[in-house]
Amino acid sequence: MSNNKSNWLKNSIYILLIVISTLALVTACGGDSNENDTSNQNQTLKTNPSGLSDWELENGFGPVKKKLNLGPIDKTMAAEGEKIFESKCASCHKLDERYTGPAQRNVLQRVTPEFFMNTVLNPDENLEKHPHSKEMLAQYMTKMTNQNVNLKDARTLLEYFRVLNEELVNKNKSNK
Amino acid sequence: MNRRYLKAFLIGISVVAAFVILHYGCQESKDLTAGDEAGRVYVAPGTYDEFYLFTSGGFSGQIGVYGLPSGRMFRVIPVFAQDPEKAWGYSEETKPMFMTSHGFIPWDDAHHPKLSQTDGIADGRWIFINANNTPRIARVDLTTFKTAEIIEIPNSGGNHGSPFLTENTEYVVASTRFSIPIPNKDVPINSFKENFKGTISFIKVDKEGAMNVEFQILVPGFNYDLAHAGKGPSHGWAFFTSYNTEQANTLLEVNASQNDKDFIAAVNWKKAEEYVAQGKFKTFNTSYFRNYFDEKKHMGFSEEKTSVKVLIPEECPGLIYYLPTPKSPHGVDVDPTGEYIAAGGKLASVIVVHSFSKMLKAIENKEFETTIDGIPVLKYESVIGGEVTNPGLGPLHTEFDGNGYGYTSSFISSEIVKWKIGTWEVVDRIPAYYSIGHLCVPGGDTRKPWGKYVIALNKITKDRYLPTGPELTQSAQLIDISGDKMKLLLDFPTIGEPHYAQAIPADILMKNSKKIYPIEENSHPYGIKAEKDARVVREGNVVHVYMSTIRTHFAPDNIEGIKVGDVVYFHITNLEQDWDIPHGFAVKGLQNSELLVMPGATESIMWQPLKEGVYPFYCTDFCSALHQEMSGYIRVSPKGSNVAITYGTGK
Repeated sequence: MSNNKSNWLKNSIYILLIVISTLALVTACGGDSNENDTSNQNQTLKTNPSGLSDWELENGFGPVKKKLNLGPIDKTMAAEGEKIFESKCASCHKLDERYTGPAQRNVLQRVTPEFFMNTVLNPDENLEKHPHSKEMLAQYMTKMTNQNVNLKDARTLLEYFRVLNEELVNKNKSNK
Repeated sequence: MNRRYLKAFLIGISVVAAFVILHYGCQESKDLTAGDEAGRVYVAPGTYDEFYLFTSGGFSGQIGVYGLPSGRMFRVIPVFAQDPEKAWGYSEETKPMFMTSHGFIPWDDAHHPKLSQTDGIADGRWIFINANNTPRIARVDLTTFKTAEIIEIPNSGGNHGSPFLTENTEYVVASTRFSIPIPNKDVPINSFKENFKGTISFIKVDKEGAMNVEFQILVPGFNYDLAHAGKGPSHGWAFFTSYNTEQANTLLEVNASQNDKDFIAAVNWKKAEEYVAQGKFKTFNTSYFRNYFDEKKHMGFSEEKTSVKVLIPEECPGLIYYLPTPKSPHGVDVDPTGEYIAAGGKLASVIVVHSFSKMLKAIENKEFETTIDGIPVLKYESVIGGEVTNPGLGPLHTEFDGNGYGYTSSFISSEIVKWKIGTWEVVDRIPAYYSIGHLCVPGGDTRKPWGKYVIALNKITKDRYLPTGPELTQSAQLIDISGDKMKLLLDFPTIGEPHYAQAIPADILMKNSKKIYPIEENSHPYGIKAEKDARVVREGNVVHVYMSTIRTHFAPDNIEGIKVGDVVYFHITNLEQDWDIPHGFAVKGLQNSELLVMPGATESIMWQPLKEGVYPFYCTDFCSALHQEMSGYIRVSPKGSNVAITYGTGK
């Protein structure tokens, strides 16, 4: 009995030691695990097969982290956006034909406004992580470039595409 | 039982020990190799060096940029020599940077890089470097690592003693290595003593960095060699070595080594400013060029200047004094406190260290030996602060570690000698392989050296590297000075001949490093801001191609209507706004270099097609998966044909 007891004790101690050493080995070199962006904790819950949160899947990765309150279309802002499009985007994107990248007139029928802005502002991370961006890269073979667009300019770009989208929607309505 | 518990306890202790070792071992992985040289210079893949090191490119005319402690090379900054890789001196925008009073000069010999200072400490705004042959000083912008300005020095026969800075970069100083007739004229060479003069120049640097030759001092016709400005208490003064006070004009190795002592010229530049303000200068008519690069226009400009203010020592008492210094002194280096001025007498058996405070007292008491052309020569005994005996043969240059020690390079005995300021005793020495010239301690000529290393800049490598025929690599050596004993850590190759070098902590520069040129700020007259503005315009036989690049096409990429005899300018604007995405351009038969256009910049290259046919052009910098597709065609028709200009992309 006392022999069994001591074996049991001995075994438990060994198991405990193995657990401790494993823990020690595992934790010792894990230097880079402090991506604790607590503000996003709810959003980063993995809820779908892609491994992305629902928010990320719908809206991409980038500085836009909550739904935009868009309001009525601002034509002045849209005109600003058109200028930005000409200088920073039009070298690769046409409105109605494939060029370096996809045709863009209907972009807001393909992605959310938030995804649109996040892609413009943060193409690299989306190309690395987002299934839609990855799919586009596989199709077009040229990485969407970071054109150093700031948040304000990205918002005006969005306004420009809201105008184009509205025109599309109205045209479709009148065709029906 | 007890033994079993003891055993378990011991195992437990070992596990905890293993945990501790692993944990701290991984966090401080660099310390695992502490004590061994390889580990001290190992910078793990993907991590950064601690210092930037800027080495002079010597006869390559450029500046080399390295990391320390790894010795890895990052960049060659083109300065005084054309560089086809970067179109430096080939593109229309950079040609003006090479203009001098002797015309377009495609090369020079660059010796002394010098970081700009604030309060006597390197501030990382700019680095200056001299052109030794056709006297000039360049200023390199350290946000772009690009040459921003080059100014020619008038009335100079060779700009060796340059570009040394005053404490707040008020002035860059220069002194002429070779004396010449001033103004230069046709005289017999053996009329040297009668006709030849030297100059010491003060080039004012404004807040934006723009340089202007503010005034010069006409000095006796010796060879002025190197310089350093004072700091702290000696701020307001600058010191210049001279040799050939014998004024020989042939076989200098013998004839300029006769005198027991030559001179260090001590210039009171604050006094000089007063004399200039009082109008006590002569205006010399001359010609020299100032060339500068406009970052917004992406274009260099060249302006000729035609006069300079010159102070004559005889007319300006108190402006300049000579400190007798043995023997053909080369380097002149001021210690971090500003009190001591160390001179490397090439042929001297001691390192002479002058005392600034004794110098001021000697001036006050008029302890003069003699006067040369209005310049009082102070008594050696009155200015000497100390002598370092047994410093090795051929002492040249001294840098300081901020902990009370000087480090002097000795060329002939090929070693670095460490000595203590104040007691003047030699405390350590280490051989250099081989024939060390300058040496560099990070911040070692400033008020607050960062210390840690000394870099030996060697003249000869002989058997240190794999042989490459008669010409061998140039080389530097990294030596640890953190302990009592100096310790050799690393040999690494450098470009050209590394004369002087300067180092600065990486974090001072990294945070200011420019990533792109914002396209909206591009005001190049031939630049375009959007692909829709790409076009081809004929003006007589000159054709301007306004072309854009982005991954992965040129616009336009098909051009027709060019004729033999045309002069074609390709103005390439890179519309990318992403870091590290330049695009290149070259067309078959281009008589110039390629272009390598940074994001948001515009550059132009000229082409004269000699024969009719179709000429491909392409991007020379691998830019994306479809880089091989980034190409186009230009149709060249015979002279006088009536093929109209047409162009486009994707049509």
